[in-house]
Amino acid sequence: MDAKHRALLDSAEFRQLVSSRWRVSLVLSALLFVLYYGYIILIASNRALLSRRIGEVTTLGIPLGAAVIVGAWLLTAVYVVWANRYYDREAARLRAQAGHD
Amino acid sequence: MQTTLGTPTASAVIFFLVIVALTLSVTYWAARRTRSTREFYAAGRSISPLQNGLALAGDYMSAASFLGIAGLVALRGYDGMIYATGWLVGWPALMFLIAEPLRNLGKFTFADVVAFRLRQAPVRIASAFGAILTLLFYVLAQMVGAGNLIRLMFGLPYEWAVVSVGVVMLAYVLFGGMLATTWVQIIKAILLLFGVSLLTLLLLWRFQFSPGALYAAVAARYGQAALEPGGLVSDPVDAISLGLALMLGLLGLPHILMRFYTVPDARAARGSVLYATGFIAYFYLIIPLVGFGAAALVGRDLIRSIDPGGNMAAPLLAELVGGTPFLGFVAAVAFATILAVVAGLTLAGASALSHDIFTHAIRNGHATEHEQIRVARAATIVFGAVAVALGIVFKGQNVAFMVGLAFAVACSANFPPLLMSIVWRRFNTAGAVCSIVSGALLSVTLILLSPTVWVDLMHHHSAIFPLRNPAIVSMPVSFLFGIAASLLTREPEAELRFDDEKLRTYLGVGAE
Repeated sequence: MDAKHRALLDSAEFRQLVSSRWRVSLVLSALLFVLYYGYIILIASNRALLSRRIGEVTTLGIPLGAAVIVGAWLLTAVYVVWANRYYDREAARLRAQAGHD
Repeated sequence: MQTTLGTPTASAVIFFLVIVALTLSVTYWAARRTRSTREFYAAGRSISPLQNGLALAGDYMSAASFLGIAGLVALRGYDGMIYATGWLVGWPALMFLIAEPLRNLGKFTFADVVAFRLRQAPVRIASAFGAILTLLFYVLAQMVGAGNLIRLMFGLPYEWAVVSVGVVMLAYVLFGGMLATTWVQIIKAILLLFGVSLLTLLLLWRFQFSPGALYAAVAARYGQAALEPGGLVSDPVDAISLGLALMLGLLGLPHILMRFYTVPDARAARGSVLYATGFIAYFYLIIPLVGFGAAALVGRDLIRSIDPGGNMAAPLLAELVGGTPFLGFVAAVAFATILAVVAGLTLAGASALSHDIFTHAIRNGHATEHEQIRVARAATIVFGAVAVALGIVFKGQNVAFMVGLAFAVACSANFPPLLMSIVWRRFNTAGAVCSIVSGALLSVTLILLSPTVWVDLMHHHSAIFPLRNPAIVSMPVSFLFGIAASLLTREPEAELRFDDEKLRTYLGVGAE
């Protein structure tokens, strides 16, 4: 590896970029786990709550199931917005510093 | 109600012929653009994020999820909806953990990533073993499902159905490679999303567009219990184990991972996951409505009388709300769905055989383009023939658990080495091989000893392994073996090359 790439790899900025990438994705993964396994554990442990009627016959479980699906998509969207706005810009800047692009 | 299901009606045949003609002309167009390996395996990396998002959705939304989940909701009510959520939650995880590094590090297969800085032959052979095992279980379930569904819908004999799926699918992959396969997936995804949306609209129209009125009709006919959780999540450990397999298994499905190489860069890979997740989320949001609608309007007895598993709930509902022409359309879309999924699986299987085993393990990376393409096409025929043969051999067997097995193997054998190779400097060849082999063998063995096979299929008194879903045990074991084997051996070369890998993973420096 040449000196330019070595310096880039060892730079505080690169380390920070990598750590912020994993921080964001691990926080979002944790939220995804809470969302989905929370729903499953809720069904297993408190069936009465999900069976509670919120309309004439509609149970609370129906909007909760839909919320898990919509929530999962929203988490994906949050990551994409973050990566498109912050990550890509920083990565492009670091690449340019090392003489790429 | 009277149904024409099982007889080849004019509309079903016409829609079917139109879809086959359309996809084969796309294949003809794609064939002239498929000369190099880059084109055969990765469509020349020319696919846009929206196109790839649709194609990913097309690869993932199998007939099992379209017909199976609608049937599950129709017959078992709310429990089917719980099952539907599990099929979506892998997509965000794929985005957060794998998608971008996979795109930056690999070329054609996920084994490119695992083997990036490790010794090629052992890692390629082990990865191809994990990939092919996953794909064989997956394709077996698809083929047996195809034979049954086409027999139910068109009245075609089982063997004919399996062979015709094999022949048409081979035409796509063999001549049009990834470009044709991608467009077949896109066409199928659009038709499926359109068909299910129209079905939902026609159904809700009967209830003044009020889902509440639909639920009331279901409750009036089958009691409030249809809208409450039933027995699906009676054992939380098993439910979480199934959830793990569905969520993280997606991160090890070779035919899905391979699609990321069809887009130009990591940013496009990211965009395609967002589109795919959106389409799939929409699909799983409305599929339960179709299931409830079938229960309310068609009735559980009629659905069960045609197929005890409930697979015909959606086609029957289509006939009821849209008449024979709409049934014909839905039947043709279900057929297109099977064709597209099997084509994707076959291309992934062929790439594991030719790119990983032939080019890298046998030829050590030195094979001419011409040779590679020839071997890739031969491997396509081999995998396709095996798929057809498996479909015929397993005729009449209950293979529904095979999809679960494919996800269990994917999350135990393919996902752990992939993740560790991306994030852990000390990960090495011994670790990769041990992780793949232990995950694959353990997940298959535990399924054989589980209630699903040991009791339900082999009629033993009680199961040796208590869970139906092994992932909660087999995946951690695979990680453990990977970590232990890496720590017990040293591979300075692999650690040294981790620096190159990092620049490529995070900045895309040197990405294909």
